[in-house]
Amino acid sequence: MTDAHIQSPPVVVVSNLIKQFGRFAALRGVTAEFSSGKLYGILGDNGAGKTTLLRTLAGLNRPTSGQVTILGAQKFHDVCHQVGYMAHPSLLYDEMSGRENLEYFAQLYGLADGSRCVEAIRAVGLDPDLTRPVGQYSQGMRQRMSLARALLNDPKLLLLDEPFSNVDIHSATDMVLLLSHTRDAGKTIFVVTHQAALLEGAADEFVWMQDGLIIGRTRDLKPPEGAN
Amino acid sequence: MNRAFPILGILTAILLSYALYVALVVAPTEQTMGDVQRIFYYHVPSAWTAFLLFFINFIAAVQYLVRRNPSNDNVANWTLITVAVVTCIASLVIAVVPALKEAMPKDVQPSSIGTTGVIIAAAYFVIRKFFSVEAVDALAVTTAEVGVVFCTVVLVTGPLWARPVWGIWWTWDVRLTSTLVLWLIYVSYLILRRFSSSGQTPVMAAALAVFGALDVPLVYFSIWIFRTQHPQPVVGGGGSIDPRMLHVLLMNWLAFLCFAYLVCWSRYRLEIMKREVEEAQALESLLEPRSATR
Amino acid sequence: MPTPTGITRATLRKDLRLEWRSKDAVNSMLFFSLLVVVVFSFSFDPNAEESRRIAGGLIWVAFLFAAVVALNQTWAREIRNQVLDAYRVSPAPANSLFLAKAIGNFIFVSVLEALMTPLFIIFYQLRALGPTWQLLIVAALGTWALVVNGTFFATMSLRTRSREIMLPLLLFPISIPALLGMVQATTAILIGEGARVWIALLLSYDLVFTTACLVLFETVLNAE
Repeated sequence: MTDAHIQSPPVVVVSNLIKQFGRFAALRGVTAEFSSGKLYGILGDNGAGKTTLLRTLAGLNRPTSGQVTILGAQKFHDVCHQVGYMAHPSLLYDEMSGRENLEYFAQLYGLADGSRCVEAIRAVGLDPDLTRPVGQYSQGMRQRMSLARALLNDPKLLLLDEPFSNVDIHSATDMVLLLSHTRDAGKTIFVVTHQAALLEGAADEFVWMQDGLIIGRTRDLKPPEGAN
Repeated sequence: MNRAFPILGILTAILLSYALYVALVVAPTEQTMGDVQRIFYYHVPSAWTAFLLFFINFIAAVQYLVRRNPSNDNVANWTLITVAVVTCIASLVIAVVPALKEAMPKDVQPSSIGTTGVIIAAAYFVIRKFFSVEAVDALAVTTAEVGVVFCTVVLVTGPLWARPVWGIWWTWDVRLTSTLVLWLIYVSYLILRRFSSSGQTPVMAAALAVFGALDVPLVYFSIWIFRTQHPQPVVGGGGSIDPRMLHVLLMNWLAFLCFAYLVCWSRYRLEIMKREVEEAQALESLLEPRSATR
Repeated sequence: MPTPTGITRATLRKDLRLEWRSKDAVNSMLFFSLLVVVVFSFSFDPNAEESRRIAGGLIWVAFLFAAVVALNQTWAREIRNQVLDAYRVSPAPANSLFLAKAIGNFIFVSVLEALMTPLFIIFYQLRALGPTWQLLIVAALGTWALVVNGTFFATMSLRTRSREIMLPLLLFPISIPALLGMVQATTAILIGEGARVWIALLLSYDLVFTTACLVLFETVLNAE
């Protein structure tokens, strides 16, 4: 639980972040601080730079210029074992079952025992003993399993890019509930999504992006001034 | 800067004409091969120029990979200084100790080791001083392209020479075959540059250039072994060379170097300007996203 | 924290398990290798005397074909769902992934070679006049030479257009010394001559390029 009087250091600090892909500037000087223990919804049109921002936070993009500090570190690799990442593609092997997938990724994080995998699968509401390969899952199941993979190493920071895309409403609401509980346990969560309504009531703050900049931060789903 | 270019152009034209004259008229006729041998004055300088350009490309590639990270950059600088110092010391030691001097291969002078080390280090630091990290990549693409052109000249003049003299178009001789492999590596380098997406091109091309440079001694050595087992005629003449011919050869090399410099300079300017345009467009997109073309 | 060798082993085990399960891919590769041998036999008439002299070259060209097809599949499963992002985000070292993929490719290509060799021996009536155990060393060193660079260039091709042609286009020129070594060593052993110097060359090639790949792989994997 966060105590309002205790100032914990911000978990993510972005300073004048610019990311260019050739002539296209995806991020045009983003500056922001994000405190820990909150669930942030990142909203905006296509091309606003949401995915680029998330991928830069996840260490998958190198900024063209500007600074990114995550969990106090300048280099992502120093804190990578405390970060979980999920995107619209499942980041899983279609040919293996959910549990086999997680057991493999657990090894990448140095988690020796399989109990974490079982816990994570149960946490997202799936059956750990399901032997069906992930490729045969429905989209909802696949995204849940992908979330389980992101939660495997019990990360302090979760970065989710379009987790609810093409997911049935039941799975989506279950996932949001899980994210709320995770946030309540003290983790920081960033969710990039087009389906802002799903996060209503769960997100602590909405971050609105447009044309590569953050144009406003609100507590509710009312877009700030100047948004499209 | 721009005024020097036409002056250099005229100078190069004069040098090339003079070099042509001495190669075709002044140089003595070779005993066994006759006038055909004069192609030597195009074949060998082209090869030396191509190798020089590829060498610069290799240094540019290493610098691109190394300079993006300050700690790597530091390590690289000290490594090169060490290489220069160690090779000089090695040269001195070998020259002074008779047993080691005996062990050296026949044509290799001890001092050449030190000279090579110093030249490599000097080239590295000169390039480092005059080219920024982005410019170094422009240098890489320039030297690769012009190098391939000169390399093509070598591969064309080789068979043109071999055919009248030995009756065959191609001999698997060490230098010609090594040049062919080098040509193949650099053509694949240029294709990689064209086919990769723009953000990643410099890194990948630099990695390939390093691989190519590591490959060259292995190529040379492997073909050398092959030739000792299956002897073939040597294109390019072995052994000692008449001083009058050496004179003409060096004259031609100088002319070729000036020409290569001219072409590289143009290509480099073109590349830099292209990058400046892209940067301006990127900056525009940074400031005014809605007006930029997507 | 994860250990590098542990991750290499885990990744290798996962890849082998997946290969075993999708037997379609494996079977079609095996059949392709068989086809290559048959086509070669029709194209290069295996008259007994000449065959021993050219067999060294033929067999390695056939292996090269098969290797390229196998190498193009290196990242096929990872590409489908962007699994490489999950790998890059994890603490696992990039070189562990490289070694696992290279070793996996080595095993796979060796299996193909093991299938093609008896067929070559049969069709070309080959008999080694030199020591046979040396052939195994040549096969191992030669295959590793192709596979280590092939895995590296397969990773580079991920970021290029015309991925499937890019791999052999980059691999062939760089592999020429190794190819010369493999072919000459094999021929030498078949006709009963010494292959020591060629084996030394192959060994040097393998050492140089394995080092180069390990040094540069992370840079190439994370190039964006």
